[in-house]
Amino acid sequence: MTDIAVDLKGVTLTYGAFVAVKDVDLKIDKGSFVTLLGPSGCGKTTILRSIAGLVTPTSGEIVVAGRLINDVPIYKRNIGLVFQNYALFPHKSVADNIAFGLKYRDVPKADIERKVKRALDMVRLPGVEKKLPSQLSGGQQQRIALARAIVIEPDVLLLDEPLSALDAHLREEMRTELKIIQREVGITTIFVTHDQEEALAMSDRIVVMNHGLIEQNGTPEDVYRMPATKFVASFLGQSNLMAGTIAATGNGSARITLDNGASIEAKAPASAKAGSKVTVILRAQRLEVGKKAANGANKLKGKIAATSYLGGTAIYAIDAEGLKLQANTIIDDQVFREGETVDIAFAPSDCVLLGEDDRRLV
Amino acid sequence: MQQTRFAWYLLAPAIILLAVLLVLPIAIMAIYTFYEFVTAGVEKANYTLANWQEFFTDSYYHLFLWKTARVAAITALACAVMGYIPAYFIWMTSFRHKWLLLLLLIVPFWISFTIRTFSWIHILGEQGAINVTLKTLGIIDSPIQMLYTEGAVIMGMIHFLLPYMILNVYVSLEGIDRDLLSAARTLGCTSAQAFREVTLPLSLPGLCAGLLLCFVLAAGSYVTPQILGGNRDALFGNLVYDTIMEQLNWPMGSTLSIVLFVLLGIVSAIYSRYMGLSTIFKGLSR
Repeated sequence: MTDIAVDLKGVTLTYGAFVAVKDVDLKIDKGSFVTLLGPSGCGKTTILRSIAGLVTPTSGEIVVAGRLINDVPIYKRNIGLVFQNYALFPHKSVADNIAFGLKYRDVPKADIERKVKRALDMVRLPGVEKKLPSQLSGGQQQRIALARAIVIEPDVLLLDEPLSALDAHLREEMRTELKIIQREVGITTIFVTHDQEEALAMSDRIVVMNHGLIEQNGTPEDVYRMPATKFVASFLGQSNLMAGTIAATGNGSARITLDNGASIEAKAPASAKAGSKVTVILRAQRLEVGKKAANGANKLKGKIAATSYLGGTAIYAIDAEGLKLQANTIIDDQVFREGETVDIAFAPSDCVLLGEDDRRLV
Repeated sequence: MQQTRFAWYLLAPAIILLAVLLVLPIAIMAIYTFYEFVTAGVEKANYTLANWQEFFTDSYYHLFLWKTARVAAITALACAVMGYIPAYFIWMTSFRHKWLLLLLLIVPFWISFTIRTFSWIHILGEQGAINVTLKTLGIIDSPIQMLYTEGAVIMGMIHFLLPYMILNVYVSLEGIDRDLLSAARTLGCTSAQAFREVTLPLSLPGLCAGLLLCFVLAAGSYVTPQILGGNRDALFGNLVYDTIMEQLNWPMGSTLSIVLFVLLGIVSAIYSRYMGLSTIFKGLSR
């Protein structure tokens, strides 16, 4: 059994009439990298800030490293927080910034110097001790902020969209770097972002949030391939949502009549019952356009409504007899242009069924 | 090239105004300091160092200078202590209409400075609000002498200068990223420690700018001591006024004005050398 580093039990946080976080239960394994993903205002930052102690939950319990910390004042919680804008002290040198938390933990002076040096080595920025934050680039400031947070050896490291202020190229580099440092240190990390790519690339687990609720908590593969709700399906990646009714079931699959009249085959769990309304979710990447369909695949006819040519891939907007579909395909032969009629195919195993409550049938 | 010239055109009105209304009069005053004083209202353009000699040798003037510096310093420090708190409050408050609080700071400027100063007579005077109240309550038998004292002068100047201090401090507080405070808290600071480590040092530019502004304005003031001070509480500005308006001694009056002008200039220069006026401006512009 793995240790639980952070345990949220029924955490609710309201601002007047606005409910920022609604009865959230969340367990985070020790040493894991967990991402809270969702659009702005979904409550992800509020959860982070309530773990840090910057906001107080209206109800519920927050347990960190086995200790209930609801009533522990912020400065006595052992938590490392990296801010979106880094929040480095502009009037203090890099060394003083990193040493700040150690100073308030009564670490002896000689140890402080050693630890600061080691932290700088860890973030691969040795020798900048005497500089002021303003003399460093954005990426370097980011590393210093990280060093300042991990040098105190916190129970959990909280990252509040730390990459969003960097330019695209640097962001990708820091993404890898951050992950490597996290592995090396082995620190439990909660990462907040609205960027699905970051979430998919870095996390051990992704917690997708919307309107203060957890929509899904799973590995990146799970969340991407088996979206639990309509929201997850549409928020992560490009998905086609096709409404229909189950006509018949059997052998772990279902025959579904789509609202435009087409009939398709989809993988279905036992709970799928004939006659019930469903939404079929299909990733845009799993749609084959203009190719000979494999055996057992679903086939549809469609007309290209728009083409976005991206070099290696193309994104097609397709009108399949009233059904609007999006396909994101690798080009290996020819590019289809607006107005062309194409064959579309997809495998029943790539379909995920959502029930009438917009949750995945299980 | 074209752009540089255009910039000069835009600057021209301001430069001309400054030259004609500020530099020129000061230059004329500077020339006057070398004129010879004949009798009240009459001076001769005989170039002489007599006025300067008188200033440097007569300790009467030095005492006035010292007293002016002392009163101005006390005023500036009192403004700093009294002004920081409201500025901090306005910064920290979650009150939705902050602009209203800032507007309240500016409201006093809508009433003439002289009238505001006169209003203190009705508060501090023998028949003023404080004395009458204390007497009615039976706490005192005879009125306390508050008006026409140095305390009244300092009080009047604080009254006049406090908004400048509050605004200066507020502007530099407003430039502080609140996440810095949160960062300090998560790293182990109590809120008092976070104030000492983050808020205070980062608001120092505004505080220093406020101190300089208050000191210079207090040291150059003459209306407040004239109205609220007794004869002994006159400051250097009153000395200049008396010399020119009562004794009609323009050469000596000019000398004294230039002395005050140069000394306050030196104070500002030294201050900016050590406190870095540029960082003050940076603090203000952030």
